[in-house]
Amino acid sequence: MSTLLEVSNVSMRFVMGGLFSRNHIDAVVDANFTLSAENPEIFTIIGESGSGKTTLARMILGLEKPTAGDILFEGKSAAERNTRAARLAFMRRVQPVFQNPFETFNPLKQVDRYLEATARSLLGARSKADVDAAMDDALQKVGLSLKEIAGRYAHELSGGQLQRVAIARALIPNPALLIADEPVSMVDASLRMSIVNLLKELRDTLKVSVIYITHDLATAYYISDRIIIMQKGHVVEMGPARTVLDTPEHPYSQLLKSSVLSIDAAGMGDLRPADRAMAEAAWSRAGQGALVARDDGRMVRTA
Amino acid sequence: MGDVLTVRNLKAYYQMAYFGVDREVRAVDDVTLTIRENEIYGIAGESSSGKTSLIKTFAAAIRPPLKIVDGSMTYRFGDLEIDPYKASKEDVDAIRWKHLSYIMQGSMSLLNPVRRVKKTFEDFAFKPMGLPRAEFWSKVRAHLERLGLSPNVLEAYPHQLSGGMRQRVVIALATVCQPEFVIADEPTTALDVVVQKDVLAMIRDVQRQMRSSVVFVTHDMSVHANITDRIGIVYAGRLVEEGPTRTLFTAPKHPYTAHLVASLPRIGDTTPKAALEGRPPNLADPPSGCRFHPRCPLAIEKCKTDVPPLETVGSDHRSACWRSDEVRPLAKIGTPEPEVVA
Ligand SMILES: Nc1ncnc2c1ncn2[C@@H]1O[C@H](COP(=O)(O)OP(=O)(O)OP(=O)(O)O)[C@@H](O)[C@H]1O
Ligand SMILES: Nc1ncnc2c1ncn2[C@@H]1O[C@H](COP(=O)(O)OP(=O)(O)OP(=O)(O)O)[C@@H](O)[C@H]1O
Ligand SMILES: [Mg+2]
Ligand SMILES: [Mg+2]
Repeated sequence: MSTLLEVSNVSMRFVMGGLFSRNHIDAVVDANFTLSAENPEIFTIIGESGSGKTTLARMILGLEKPTAGDILFEGKSAAERNTRAARLAFMRRVQPVFQNPFETFNPLKQVDRYLEATARSLLGARSKADVDAAMDDALQKVGLSLKEIAGRYAHELSGGQLQRVAIARALIPNPALLIADEPVSMVDASLRMSIVNLLKELRDTLKVSVIYITHDLATAYYISDRIIIMQKGHVVEMGPARTVLDTPEHPYSQLLKSSVLSIDAAGMGDLRPADRAMAEAAWSRAGQGALVARDDGRMVRTA
Repeated sequence: MGDVLTVRNLKAYYQMAYFGVDREVRAVDDVTLTIRENEIYGIAGESSSGKTSLIKTFAAAIRPPLKIVDGSMTYRFGDLEIDPYKASKEDVDAIRWKHLSYIMQGSMSLLNPVRRVKKTFEDFAFKPMGLPRAEFWSKVRAHLERLGLSPNVLEAYPHQLSGGMRQRVVIALATVCQPEFVIADEPTTALDVVVQKDVLAMIRDVQRQMRSSVVFVTHDMSVHANITDRIGIVYAGRLVEEGPTRTLFTAPKHPYTAHLVASLPRIGDTTPKAALEGRPPNLADPPSGCRFHPRCPLAIEKCKTDVPPLETVGSDHRSACWRSDEVRPLAKIGTPEPEVVA
């Protein structure tokens, strides 16, 4: 068995501040996981806002250098991809969908120009017909068409349309690994299901592995093979998605599941903040202990 | 309870010329509604149905090519009555500062990247709040903590914060002055469910204390269920149903609403949900008659030709459907256990 991605003992510390304060933030602490090349899977990262999910994604993409640990993609580290050709080859294999589509697209550039650039540089499409076909093909997969978006700027599209354009762009080079940072946060339930079904189909038919970062436990349950749950830079629980989400063991995982909004109390006006006792239990244990393997295949951070 | 915003037959279209061909996107088409004092009014609907366009017109924040084509809109704050589209620019600016607050979709990207968060607070909130400096900062800090943020974020530059932290900074900026009318467009999309619940509870708390009006836009029906008092459902630029939140969830009178409520995936579900047939309509060339008819399970011939008016179908409840009597809920909404008060 060969590995597609290997993340070993990866940590990231940001040092902030000026002359007087030397604050630091441990955005990611000792993350470990491996994706296999033969068995593509949907690997979901869920967790607290500010727990290091985006930072982890950026390190895998080579946009940020870990302060400790190694990240190998198909056996190579970012430092080994030191030529333009090597970086291009990497980008053909690994594609990102960034968190906020409003930040992804430059307001002065028509959105189809991004797709065109990707089709030309990464897919190697030459003629206008080939480029257009590649763009339209990718857009159709997310419920859009080239006709609908051609010539339009980011502010001329709705939030959900923009988010889908970002996914379509990433699909153009037929990557082996898609790193999608909250790719469906702005689309309605119906479209959301069709996009996560698309991710599933990519895995099953094109053998694409997907790192799916999300706050949505329902779609995570529906499509993920494995899941990791993060809190304050630490992985607190990791394992088969349904095992973990059916019976979460770490207090933070439990808090997360219990905080999912239900529609049963629709309109009753009794929304309360997240359960304080559970939250206290979760916060007080943040970062303590080590990951311990359980019989059911999961690992739980245990003091 | 007074009406704060009264909207009558409002039409706002994007009017453009592409290669000499006129194109018109009818994003807000004949919307009539009122927003009351002391309520949270939710606006729901699928991606690109026109939610953002609608509330941009509410916020008097439209720019070409979006134009008001018809209709009227009046705000009433105490004795002040104003139609922003007929008033002078000075008067509109004045109500924007004093009464209105608009959190734009994705606005965390609008935080100035080269200014520390604290400078942004100073720029936008110091003057309107009119407090002495020390008091101002202690109020800002307390407000950030209510949103689950450490006051240290004031020292940070936007790129040093995570997506959800930036989104909360924007909410804090827009609510710290406690405006009477808040318009929020997908303000909690980047938050984890724990933080989201706290933030929603905070918004509701502040709203109840102030008896203010909040227009809350999101595609997420579970958020609507928990925070809104009334909901307006938008489909292809039109308001198709409006009513008290509980009523829309338990007894919808428009087939599209029934579908929206039922389409919510729940944890534990691994069975694929039936997606709506067909694609969202193209607003440059919307379907005739009822715009939902090509995707509607109840559609009859009449729906293809005649636009159904938004009519009263129950207490405080309006629906635009020729067959509203026959609409049945597709989802079962439970009744939560009553809280035992000790
Ligand atoms: N460039 C940076 N400099 C300093 N600190 C940073 C930087 N980027 C991220 N951080 C900090 O690292 C932590 C993790 O941030 P990250 O963006 O990875 O979180 P996240 O899990 O993606 O959160 P969200 O769900 O809110 O998007 C946060 O505390 C953030 O403030
Ligand atoms: N500046 C613009 N020029 C032309 N068309 C526009 C412009 N802005 C938005 N539109 C179009 O108007 C329609 C409604 O968009 P709007 O942003 O109001 O939708 P929305 O309901 O907020 O969707 P989402 O939930 O995805 O944010 C879409 O078809 C969109 O492409
Ligand atoms: Mg993030
Ligand atoms: Mg929108």
